[in-house]
Amino acid sequence: MDREFLIASTLCFFLAMVRMAVAIRAGNYRPAGFNFFAIALGCAFQTMFLSVRGHALGRCPITNLFEVFIFLAWSVSLIYLLIGPAYRLSLMGAFTAPLVFGLQTFALLAPIDLPHPLRKTPTPWLEFHASVSLIAYGAFALACVAGLMYLVQERQLKRRQLNSMFYHFPPLTDLFAAITRLLWLGFVLLTLGLIAGFFTGAPLPYGKVAWSLGVWIFYAAILLSRHLGRTAPRRIAALCVVAFSAALTLLWGITFLSQTRAL
Amino acid sequence: MNLFCVGLSHHTANVETRERFVGHAEIDRILREEAGCSEALLLTTCNRVEVYAAAAEAVPTERIARYLVRAGTMPLGDEVEAFYRHEAQQCVQHLFRVASGLDSMVIGETEILGQAKKAYAAARESGAAGPFLHRLFQRAFRVAKLVRTHTDITRGAVSVGSVAVDLAEKIFGNFESRKVLLLGAGEASERTARALVKRGVRDLRVSNRSIERAKSLAAQVGGRPVAIESWKTHCCEVDILISSTASAEPIVTQDSLAPLLLERRNRPLFIIDIAVPRDVAPDVNEMEGVFLYDIDSLQSIAQQSLVQRRQQIAAGEEIIAGHVVEFGGWFTSARARWAEAALELRPSES
Repeated sequence: MDREFLIASTLCFFLAMVRMAVAIRAGNYRPAGFNFFAIALGCAFQTMFLSVRGHALGRCPITNLFEVFIFLAWSVSLIYLLIGPAYRLSLMGAFTAPLVFGLQTFALLAPIDLPHPLRKTPTPWLEFHASVSLIAYGAFALACVAGLMYLVQERQLKRRQLNSMFYHFPPLTDLFAAITRLLWLGFVLLTLGLIAGFFTGAPLPYGKVAWSLGVWIFYAAILLSRHLGRTAPRRIAALCVVAFSAALTLLWGITFLSQTRAL
Repeated sequence: MNLFCVGLSHHTANVETRERFVGHAEIDRILREEAGCSEALLLTTCNRVEVYAAAAEAVPTERIARYLVRAGTMPLGDEVEAFYRHEAQQCVQHLFRVASGLDSMVIGETEILGQAKKAYAAARESGAAGPFLHRLFQRAFRVAKLVRTHTDITRGAVSVGSVAVDLAEKIFGNFESRKVLLLGAGEASERTARALVKRGVRDLRVSNRSIERAKSLAAQVGGRPVAIESWKTHCCEVDILISSTASAEPIVTQDSLAPLLLERRNRPLFIIDIAVPRDVAPDVNEMEGVFLYDIDSLQSIAQQSLVQRRQQIAAGEEIIAGHVVEFGGWFTSARARWAEAALELRPSES
């Protein structure tokens, strides 16, 4: 039953993505209520999936790579719904929908929904560590989306080739402010998640700790260079894209490692 | 009851002809009292003079044109041929197109809607707009809003000054905390500066070879004059640089700008170079955080916007067509009701 919710959710993101692609191709894109509604509905189906799966497992549904990807997709769409309208980033939905659709389609098609050998009951610290870290990844995903938007708009301005989408982009300075806020949100959550990881009571998996610290240091360096004003905004935006791509790969690795040991 | 529109516009008459037909304030009253119109409304802009009217009997175009002749000018002659006439459904369609900006000289301009609203308000106040014109104009305003919302007909600026302001807005968003430096006090830079001040810029610095001219322009646009020798110091602080000097050689080059950019700590710099020959070397655009637009690139964007607006006409016409049919349905039944009422009011022949 839970997979049906996920398929419905993926369809919602697919519809938002297709509608946007058609509008951009026709040269008359405008942020319409449809995209926001489709993403909100998709997020509602994601929530239902996670709820059903969580009740069945009796714990936070992040026990295998499949669930981790869906939880990540959920946090991306949720953070978008919370901050998108507030920061006039309605166009961000146009970029968020393909990312979430990609994550969910991969999760649905790849043979990664394998029952995990749950060898012990979760502690609150462990659940907090895992869920907060994934929400941090959601914030980093949106920083990556905002970074992509920045790069696209900056390129259009530099090349003086303005398409119909250009007029719906938020101003460059607003986008950069959004990137900074999302980076800080993700960084604070990741820090909390990492700290909570030390209180789980389980023996520390050193490879996993090293990878997580690597991601943390990468984002700390981006934030530091942003606030020192030594790195151009365009490079910060590009670093957000690189950092999230690396973090996603590492997340995959970490989760893969976790499959061999009990959560 | 006949619904019709008589008028001339930039499509049918040049400015010399149009300026002869600026109707006066009393025209709607005269049209009702002398020309036989039940309802009448005059819409005048710099590009059109039009009368929208409802009348029980047909009112000839020439008669209306005669009332529109500006007082003190020659009587109506061959110019009557410049007048067009739209009846019933065509009149409705024409007004919907006018209100939506599809018939304007600059396609998609929004000023016309305000002018139509003003004309309607005046006619309503004087009692010249009755139930037919009231319904017609209310629907026209609604259709214009729909066309604006559902098409890109108003998208993109179509003049050099407004393109520059739009681009600045796309980079900086809010203008209130932005600083602008005018390098050279030419007419074009003055227009752009005025547009920026209108949109909220508070810190405007004017530098010019002649400090007197700088002072004069600064006073006009609400800025402050600065010495042209100190432009580099100001360039470190400002967000927008508008250049229009008469210099034969570029003033701003990669070499001159590189040390200034270091001090700017990666804040974006938008340079508008309106000068011919150019004041800013083209390769400055390749520098990190600098967005350079010269007169040609601004004009090219304005042209692109116009082309994009023209491409939206068909979408606008489609929206209008549906509403013309709908209004036609209402008009037919309203006209029938009006005819019945007129019959009842007619005194019996016995």
